[in-house]
Amino acid sequence: MALFRFRGSDKPDPSKVDEAAKSGAPVDSTGSVSPEATADEAGGAGRLFDRFRAGLKKTVQVLNTDVRDLFKQEGRLVDESFLNDLRRALVRTDMGPTAAEEIVKDVYAKQRARVVDPESVLDSIRGTLSQRLDQTDAPLAAAATGPTVILVTGVNGSGKTTSIAKLANRFVKDGKRVVLGAGDTFRAAAVEQLSMWASRIGAEIVRSDQGADPASVAHRAVARALEGDFDICIIDTAGRLQTQSNLMQELGKIRRVIAKQIPEAPHEVLLVIDATAGQNALSQAKGFSEAASCTGVVLAKLDGSARGGVVVPVTETFKLPVKFVGLGEKADDLAVFDPKRYLEALLADSFCDSPA
Amino acid sequence: MLDSLSSSLSSALNTLRGRGKLTEGNMREGLGLVRTALLEADVAYDVVEAFLDRVTAEAVGEKVLASLDPAQQLVGIVHQELINLMGPVDHSLHFQEGRPTVLMLCGLQGSGKTTSTAKLAKKIKQQGRSVLLVAADLQRPAAIEQLSVLGQQLNVPVHTPDGVSDPVAVCNAGVARAKKEGIGVVILDTAGRLSIDDELMAELAMIDRTVGPDQVFLVVDAMTGQDAVASAKAFNDALELDGVIMTKLDGDARGGAALSVKHVTGVPIKFIGTGEQIEALEDFHPDRLAGRILGMGDVVSLVEEAQRKFDQDEMQQQEERLRAGEFTLEDFKKMLMQTRRLGPMGKVLGMIPGMGGIKEMLDTADLDRDMNRLFGIINAMTPDERRNPTRIIDQSRRRRIAQGAGVQPQEVNDLVKQFDGMASMMKGMAGLGMRDRMKQLQQLQSGIANPGARLAKPKGVTGKRLTAEERKKQKKQREKDARRRKRQTKD
Repeated sequence: MALFRFRGSDKPDPSKVDEAAKSGAPVDSTGSVSPEATADEAGGAGRLFDRFRAGLKKTVQVLNTDVRDLFKQEGRLVDESFLNDLRRALVRTDMGPTAAEEIVKDVYAKQRARVVDPESVLDSIRGTLSQRLDQTDAPLAAAATGPTVILVTGVNGSGKTTSIAKLANRFVKDGKRVVLGAGDTFRAAAVEQLSMWASRIGAEIVRSDQGADPASVAHRAVARALEGDFDICIIDTAGRLQTQSNLMQELGKIRRVIAKQIPEAPHEVLLVIDATAGQNALSQAKGFSEAASCTGVVLAKLDGSARGGVVVPVTETFKLPVKFVGLGEKADDLAVFDPKRYLEALLADSFCDSPA
Repeated sequence: MLDSLSSSLSSALNTLRGRGKLTEGNMREGLGLVRTALLEADVAYDVVEAFLDRVTAEAVGEKVLASLDPAQQLVGIVHQELINLMGPVDHSLHFQEGRPTVLMLCGLQGSGKTTSTAKLAKKIKQQGRSVLLVAADLQRPAAIEQLSVLGQQLNVPVHTPDGVSDPVAVCNAGVARAKKEGIGVVILDTAGRLSIDDELMAELAMIDRTVGPDQVFLVVDAMTGQDAVASAKAFNDALELDGVIMTKLDGDARGGAALSVKHVTGVPIKFIGTGEQIEALEDFHPDRLAGRILGMGDVVSLVEEAQRKFDQDEMQQQEERLRAGEFTLEDFKKMLMQTRRLGPMGKVLGMIPGMGGIKEMLDTADLDRDMNRLFGIINAMTPDERRNPTRIIDQSRRRRIAQGAGVQPQEVNDLVKQFDGMASMMKGMAGLGMRDRMKQLQQLQSGIANPGARLAKPKGVTGKRLTAEERKKQKKQREKDARRRKRQTKD
């Protein structure tokens, strides 16, 4: 099942929502966008949609079974074995045993001993989950005047640098002038990696040598954004585990340094979470929120077989809205997160997995 | 959250204490909690199910040891099974002689392949072998630069593609170079991938076939969730894996993915990455990770030690005596000795989750020295005196015992007095589980450690001998009270 599958024409293209979000056009909960924002996007929309589908085809290939496997058995009752299968399917999305158990209990309470009705079971799950994933549409905050500063954080290998490149690419395509701050001065060649991306997508980059103070890079990047009259300044940080308190404190320092030049900056602090991550993502969200006051999540690497269900407890517990999802390795593979479609895909995917 | 598992487990299994056998029925609730713990540690669902079946089969019929809390006994079994499942581990790398040994690292994007390559190189170099790194990750921007920089830091040569865009050719060239230069070990750093990317998996399989690495290691991020099964399976199908390197264990991830990966691939975890420094690659020890997956701190090792060291027969005898209402100083001594066999008192208490603070408090009190004094006093008694201290020990006996033990006669007196109260408490403890017993003992210990308590008082801080001034004050208070009572009766 496609993650961003469209049922009929009532669902808008995610790219439109995204463009609208960026340009600050009003986006209501159903995702409809004011017409002027969508007018110039119509051409690229089809292409983008195709890519989502292609990305998710892989998932379907691997799973390779009927979407509604769980419901295939005719006349199956809501009994112990059904609930076990349900629990398995839910746990597999990485939403965590507690959330899964609650849903199972809910289904049991409402439909005990009845014949399984796929739609009502799915409805019940959908209801619980969308309550948990309740996030008001959260477009990226933008500065009223001057450059918008976005700080990007996350654990090692979660996909920060790639997400920054994708994000920058979006802005550049949108006609914005972007400057990147290569703040990962720790990992070997991280600066080079971001530089390569910068030249590919046509953004400016402020860099420093390996081992330099990341806060100084952040300072210079913001200074450059102000002086060069850039629209967007995205600052990379080195990957760090939330348990390394000195490195977490460094994030606070970077924040303070940025705020010295633009008091309300950073306007967004994004936490990049790997879609393959398990329950530890909760600890990540906690640690990074405390240290850097995150404002949103980028769910990276959603194009694999992982479903990233851990964003459900993350959003619920820490009130961190998911803003973007990474869907591939190309610079264009970033989409605005839509809870409804995400849930649809989450359930579709999990229910096409046959019990191993 | 972690500590609560052990407490909820013990309350779930409380009813089993000291009687009967473990059955599927009476373990269900406890195993449910273990299941949640495993799922929270990100062990894959089906692996959890298979594992719990195994544990159930293992545990059913096991007698609930009188001396142990059944919850802890069950955890002990779970823990042991976890170790069995993840072990045994072979940390050697099986180097070839006379030709370069080729090691290949593969894994998902961002799992830590390049860093692990460098760490592995450092480890091998320390064993006195020469190493060549091959940068075969032609996908990610700057991956080659990253490996080159790391190679420089390690002072290890790095073979880079130089315009070649076929990773298979790069690997072949690297191995050829190692042969020519007489380098002992070649490590191939391959491109990261999403496990379901057929194209890239085919590329890996191609390297495997044409280059023929001696060992293939899968690099797995300890933070991976339920997807660990899918990706490990995909890699295992495409390549013949020989081992797993688990990275980022220096964070607070519980590392349940280790269990999933082992279950799916059947290959052992060899090394773990525990830091960003190049040195931080450690040998994998299943027992340590098992405790971590269960999230129970060292309580598991405490149970193990207790199981090993508590003399079951002796315990049984004591139980019976206690039930019969007999408790002597001899029994008390044995009990203290058994506790002590676990290790220094401070350490034993420190192993119990949530008792770290108590441990610190006790550290200053020198528990073991106080215990030695107790032993001294008891040892200086005759068997009769030990059996019935309250009744037999008179002034002259007391003086003799004190002299023999090298303590003040007053201390002997205090022990005897204290013993009276203790005896009834000990009788009450008959049939308690080990954990409660530890708690009781700990109360005793803090009594000893507390200078104000009556048991064992080191010189100087008796807390009982009053200064002249204090006596005067007390006398005054007594008189005052007496006067008031008098007045009240008059009214």
